Amino acid sequence: MKNINDNSQYAIEGHNLNIYYGDFRAIKDVTIKFRAKQITALIGPSGCGKSTALRAFNRMNDLVPISRLEGQVLFRGNNIYDPNIDPVEVRRRIGIVFQKPNPFPKSIYDNVAWGARINGFKGSKSDMDGLVEQSLRQAALWNEVKDKLDQSGLSLSGGQQQRLCIARTIAVKPEIILMDEPASALDPIATLRIEELIQELKQKYTILIVTHNMQQAARASDYTAFFNMGEDRAGYLVEFGETDELFTNPKHELTEQYITGRFG
Amino acid sequence: MSLYPEGDALLDQIGGRRRRGAIWRMLFLSATIIAILVLIALLYNVVNSAFGLTAVENKVDPAALAVDGVPLEALSKEQLTTILAAHISTGLGRRLEREQLFFETSTVFEDPALFNDLCASVEPPAACALPARSQEDIYQLVLERVVEPNVVQTWSLADSILHRAAVLTQAQQEFPDAEISFRSWLTLAFITTPQSSEPELAGVRTAILGSLWVIAITITFSFPVGVGAAIYLEEYAQENQLNHLIQTNINNLAGVPSIVYGMLGLAIFVRVLEGFTSGATLGLIDDSTTANGRTILSAGLTLGLLILPIIIINAQEAIRAVPSSLKQASLGLGATKWQTIWHHVLPNALPGILTGAILSVSRAIGETAPLVVVGASTFITVDPSGPFSKFTVLPIQIYQWTSRPQAEFRNIAAAAILVLLVLLLTLNATAVYLRNKYSTKMV
Repeated sequence: MKNINDNSQYAIEGHNLNIYYGDFRAIKDVTIKFRAKQITALIGPSGCGKSTALRAFNRMNDLVPISRLEGQVLFRGNNIYDPNIDPVEVRRRIGIVFQKPNPFPKSIYDNVAWGARINGFKGSKSDMDGLVEQSLRQAALWNEVKDKLDQSGLSLSGGQQQRLCIARTIAVKPEIILMDEPASALDPIATLRIEELIQELKQKYTILIVTHNMQQAARASDYTAFFNMGEDRAGYLVEFGETDELFTNPKHELTEQYITGRFG
Repeated sequence: MSLYPEGDALLDQIGGRRRRGAIWRMLFLSATIIAILVLIALLYNVVNSAFGLTAVENKVDPAALAVDGVPLEALSKEQLTTILAAHISTGLGRRLEREQLFFETSTVFEDPALFNDLCASVEPPAACALPARSQEDIYQLVLERVVEPNVVQTWSLADSILHRAAVLTQAQQEFPDAEISFRSWLTLAFITTPQSSEPELAGVRTAILGSLWVIAITITFSFPVGVGAAIYLEEYAQENQLNHLIQTNINNLAGVPSIVYGMLGLAIFVRVLEGFTSGATLGLIDDSTTANGRTILSAGLTLGLLILPIIIINAQEAIRAVPSSLKQASLGLGATKWQTIWHHVLPNALPGILTGAILSVSRAIGETAPLVVVGASTFITVDPSGPFSKFTVLPIQIYQWTSRPQAEFRNIAAAAILVLLVLLLTLNATAVYLRNKYSTKMV
């Protein structure tokens, strides 16, 4: 896709998004713009559609045959749902890390190198070694695995596996990383490491992170979007703003109730 | 007041639950024991017939045919041919000679000039195109036509061991001339010699080769087609009425009796596609007398159709069992659908796919009914030379032998069953070994 709108301060924008699963509307009229090289947290009660919204930004919802999207997602000035845009390219440029660590049943090295290989990485063997090392370093995993790169990715602990998944995502050089509750299956220490890592990654990538954990959103994000479920069970965006502002001075009553733990 | 039992009542209640569990356990154990007993009975039955004492009467004592102390089997081609010529009629000799010559350059029974004319005629006898018989061949002919060993009585393995003395006495009274010896019907010679009308001389080489050829065709056809169809149905086909109908039909086809597939094979491969299955269309036909469409190719394709639904269903199950998280991870990295299938779905599904394939191929090896319909030869002494040959397979051979009246055919049928079982186990063990070796590499 062409870079039509390079000097925008927003990395990706959703305009009037409505997402349906069959007849059911999961997301209603969401318009949201994510700033480049910032961390934006998507919070809200269970079932409010924040994961669905997140997956709309790299067309992962396409994999659900009955899903349908109305509206536009602008990335570099292109609507990624335009018929001329190949979803494979979208996913190559907008990476995703899932809730449960899901490394491939391959060696640690191949977990990182595979994405590069299938995307036509042209470098030599030593370039590939460099890419693997660099990605693992960025994911703060290199020191723990550098001596056992040929072991299975599944032999690592849960937290290490999740960092391996992050390294795998980084290795294909995306611009945006979507994270769908990346720490919810991990223990507190592993969670903390992931949060620190996300702060590091912010320097290079735009990060969208769905989280259940309000402290995590408050600690780790620059911006926060609060979603809620309407009467018709469709998720909508209640409030969106800088994290400090939203947590200390929520404009909307629902937001205040949610962040003070009165529902959700 | 608790609604749960307390004290002794609680212990009684737990005891009752445990007893019910124990009853089920006993039932499952007895089911297993029954299965094992049936298996043992089957093996006993086969082994009992495959080995045992036999009483053999020779028409001519082989020792009497020795020349200057050289035993019969060590004699030269010329000496053996002389013995043969002395004992058989000229008519039979000519027939044998027209089947295959005794010597490259001369004839024994035929007039040389006449034989040359025959070879030049429109329908030359088989011998014209074949090399001469070997010493081994002629030795077999001498055994068959001159010595004519005749098994007059056989005893089962159990009788031979448990009542050996009684058997020996009885044999001496009834067959004073017979040689009594312990005989294993399953011998190397049995495996390496072709079919014969004499049970003592018959072997299963043609049937083993036929089985291997047929199964090779079956696998070559049904594995790629089955796995391909499974990939399409699981990964590409959309949820609609048509695909639903196809799926239902595949499930039902897996339950269709094998004889029906035999009829299908007869109608399609033997009749409609005769040109293709006989090799005529491709110009590959090797024996013009031959089988029409009743070839190894027809048989292999028929069995391939038979196991195709089973392979598809098993492969679908295996593909479905690949975690969707793995597919999402792959697609999320910018892999295309095919890259995801090739690099992740298939390698992870492969052990399951292979398990299904192994089970269905085992079934195909033992199938008899559809091949009877397709036209397996029941008596064939020539090794199959390729997909367009006439053929027989082990189960057909066994079936044919068990239906013969002479008792010795039941002995060699039992031996052939052992060969079939060993063949089956060998193929399965190889496949399972390869599968395990491959799937441990994945994780």
